[in-house]
This record gives sequence, C-alpha cells and structure tokens, in this order.
Amino acid sequence: MQSKKIIDDFCHLIGKDINIMEVCGTHTVSIFKSGIKSILPNNLKLLSGPGCPVCVTSIEDIDKAIAYSMLDDAILTTFGDMMRVPGSDMSLYEAKAEGARIEIVYSPMECLKIAEKNKDKKVIFFSAGFETTAPLTAATLVEAETRGIDNLFVFSVHKLVPPALRLLLQSGEVRIDGFILPGHVSTIIGSKPYEFIPEEFSIPCCITGFGAEDILLGITMILKQIIDNKPTVDIQYKRSVKPEGNIKAIEFMNNTFSVCDSNWRGIGVLPQSGLKLNEKWAHRDSEKVFDIKVQSKPEPKGCQCGLILRGIKTPPECPLFAKFCTPEHPVGACMVSSEGSCSAYYKYRLQ
Amino acid sequence: MCLAIPSKIISIDNLMATVDVMGARRDVSLILLPEEADVGDYVLVHAGFALQKIDEETAQESLKLWREYAEFLEKEAMYEDT
Ligand code: SF4
Repeated sequence: MQSKKIIDDFCHLIGKDINIMEVCGTHTVSIFKSGIKSILPNNLKLLSGPGCPVCVTSIEDIDKAIAYSMLDDAILTTFGDMMRVPGSDMSLYEAKAEGARIEIVYSPMECLKIAEKNKDKKVIFFSAGFETTAPLTAATLVEAETRGIDNLFVFSVHKLVPPALRLLLQSGEVRIDGFILPGHVSTIIGSKPYEFIPEEFSIPCCITGFGAEDILLGITMILKQIIDNKPTVDIQYKRSVKPEGNIKAIEFMNNTFSVCDSNWRGIGVLPQSGLKLNEKWAHRDSEKVFDIKVQSKPEPKGCQCGLILRGIKTPPECPLFAKFCTPEHPVGACMVSSEGSCSAYYKYRLQ
Repeated sequence: MCLAIPSKIISIDNLMATVDVMGARRDVSLILLPEEADVGDYVLVHAGFALQKIDEETAQESLKLWREYAEFLEKEAMYEDT
C-alpha cells in the first residue's frame, strides 16, 4: 500500500496530532473492516461523526411512526434499517409483532404498488435518510400524483449533512482537522454545499469512495491540504461525484421538500438541518393530514450515543457498551444500525 | 443506508429499466438519472433508482468492494439473529 507510506511521511512532516472525521456510516464500516486504523501513525486519529441516518432518527419520530402504523386503515411502509431502532417503549419490529401494520420496502416506489393494492387503506411512507434518499421519495410522490394514487402519504424525517457539519464545527466540542465526506450523499449534492467548511472554518475536506484504498487516498489528500495550508473540498471519488452533483435529483428534491429544523437523536434540534414536504405537497404530508401526538421518553440512561455521534467519545467509553448493549439487545440507535459506530466497534472487537 | 450499487442495464422501457445487480434482476427508475443511458451501460442504483452513470471499470471495482461489504454485514446479521 503506497498510500500508507505517504500518510506516514505527511503525518511526520505535520508533526502534531491530527483528527480526521468521517461522516458516513459506509466509511465507518469500511474503516473497521479493513483495519485501516491499525496502520495509521500515532498522531493521526480517525473519528466517526453523525454519519448514519438510522442512528440520528429521534425517539419521537420512531414513536410517531409507530403511532401512524396503529391508526385505523393505515399501513406504514419503511426501509428495513429502521425496524429495530428503539423508540420510547418499542421498536417498529416489536410494534409489528404486536399486530401493527408495517411493511418493509426496498424502494419508495414499492409504496405505489402497496397503495394501489390497498385502496381502502392509507399508506404512510416513513421517509428517512440523508440527501441520497430524499430525491427518491420526491420522484415517488410525483409518480403517485401522475397515476392518481391518492392514498399515499409521506412522513419525512430526512436529515441534511452539511448543516450538521456546520453545527459540529460551531460547537467547538471536538477539534477536527479534516473531513472525509460521504461519497453517495455527494453524488446527489455535489461538492458546493461543503465549501463553507474550508472557507469559513479553514478545514480541509475530501469526498471519498468507500474502498480501503479510496479512504487512504482521501486521507493523503486531506493531509496534503494541511501541509500546503490550502483547505478546499477535494473529490477523490471522481468516478461518481461531480462538483455540481446530480442536477435532476436536486431539482426533484427542491420541488418537493423545504428545509426545516430537525431533531437529531442524542444531539437535539438543529436549525435548518432537515427536510419536510413543502406547501405544494401538504395533502400528502402525514404530519398535516393525521393528528398524532406522542409523549416520548428521554434517551435511555447511560447511553452515550449523543457524544459518540459528535465524535467526543468512542463506544468503548460508554459504560453500557458490550456489557448491557449489544447488537442483539441494543440500548441506543448507534448499536442498532449496522452502520452505527457502536455496532462497528462491537463487531471489530469480536474479530 | 446511503450505499449505491453498480448495476448493468439489461433493457429499457421508457423511464424504467431492468438491471442486473450482482446476478439478480431488478426494475429501477431512470427518472433521476441526469444523462441518457443505454442498454449495456452501468449505473449506480440506490433503493430502486439509478442515480449516476459510471464506466465499466469503476463498476467492476466497486462491485468487488460491495461484495466484501455485504459479506461483512451478513456476518453481523448472523449474530443479530442468534
Ligand atoms: S454502546 Fe449502546 S448505550 Fe452505549 S452509546 Fe452505544 S448505543 Fe448507546
């Protein structure tokens, strides 16, 4: 691995501690799987940030999704990843076992079929994820409108990556010297929405693919920026990411959603960090069409997900980790999702 | 959750295409694809939508990674079920 030698040399040249944060669950898993951390020089640390949309879905939103699934004449559709995320009293998985009508979909488009087959039911899609998934929901809604499928609604809990990074940087809770930025989110939004990071915070960034070599290369590109003192947004993952992103997908997203404040699990409400359906789509917006109130409980005692998502603590520093919290019996969301930091650490430890 | 998998287009019918994803056939929408695609092209597919055209070499490379990744996650799923 040639990049290892370059990383060693660069880190030696920089000569002080360097913290690089990755903010994509796929990177988190890939870093563990490949054992990258073990070959890095001592003064280079990789931190995991809020990179998994499953982990940052709030307890309240899980509770709401369950409440929707229990409405008369309703079917809740969801990506499989969301099923085991703990809510106040139960997960979607447990709700389904108790008889709630919940169907797992691989694509939002499947909701159209479900809605057509169940004309007497209201089909509510639990639309979660970052910018990668939001355009798919937008395109599905347009299709529903064209085909006159009136019984499809959307519960949008989409989160946006760039505003979360801004808040992370503004809080100053953890020192970050560089960001490994997500490949597939950036396939949609391009590199422009990240430009404030080098411009306002002088922090280098690199949009990186998810193979081990990609990540090592991404790290060298970040180190190079540090050495040259020229922070910018590099694209290592050029084969998929264009600076302008996917213009068509962005257009769908902008025509369907508007930016709103959003509640991140373990972190709290971050201003302008999520997406809700815009006025034009009010008739499809579950939050406007159905009257649901939930009383949510706080995060389980002892769970450190909030600190872990911000890179302030690592999973083994959580007193519950591996003792009371495992993938089989997760306490917090970071242990549920296969792309969550706690789950990645847990598996790595066992290998 | 944000993973997009390289897939080869087998046939196209208007804005829908049938693709081959690691040996499995799937119907995907082309509506979000910014450029024209033809039969034989590779596209990145995320949850039933083609998002980006990619060249064959890139596709093969990331398919290899993807297989490893899927295996890794499967191992986890195994002890989630036990
Ligand atoms: S180990 Fe479990 S309880 Fe601790 S932070 Fe992670 S998810 Fe929360």
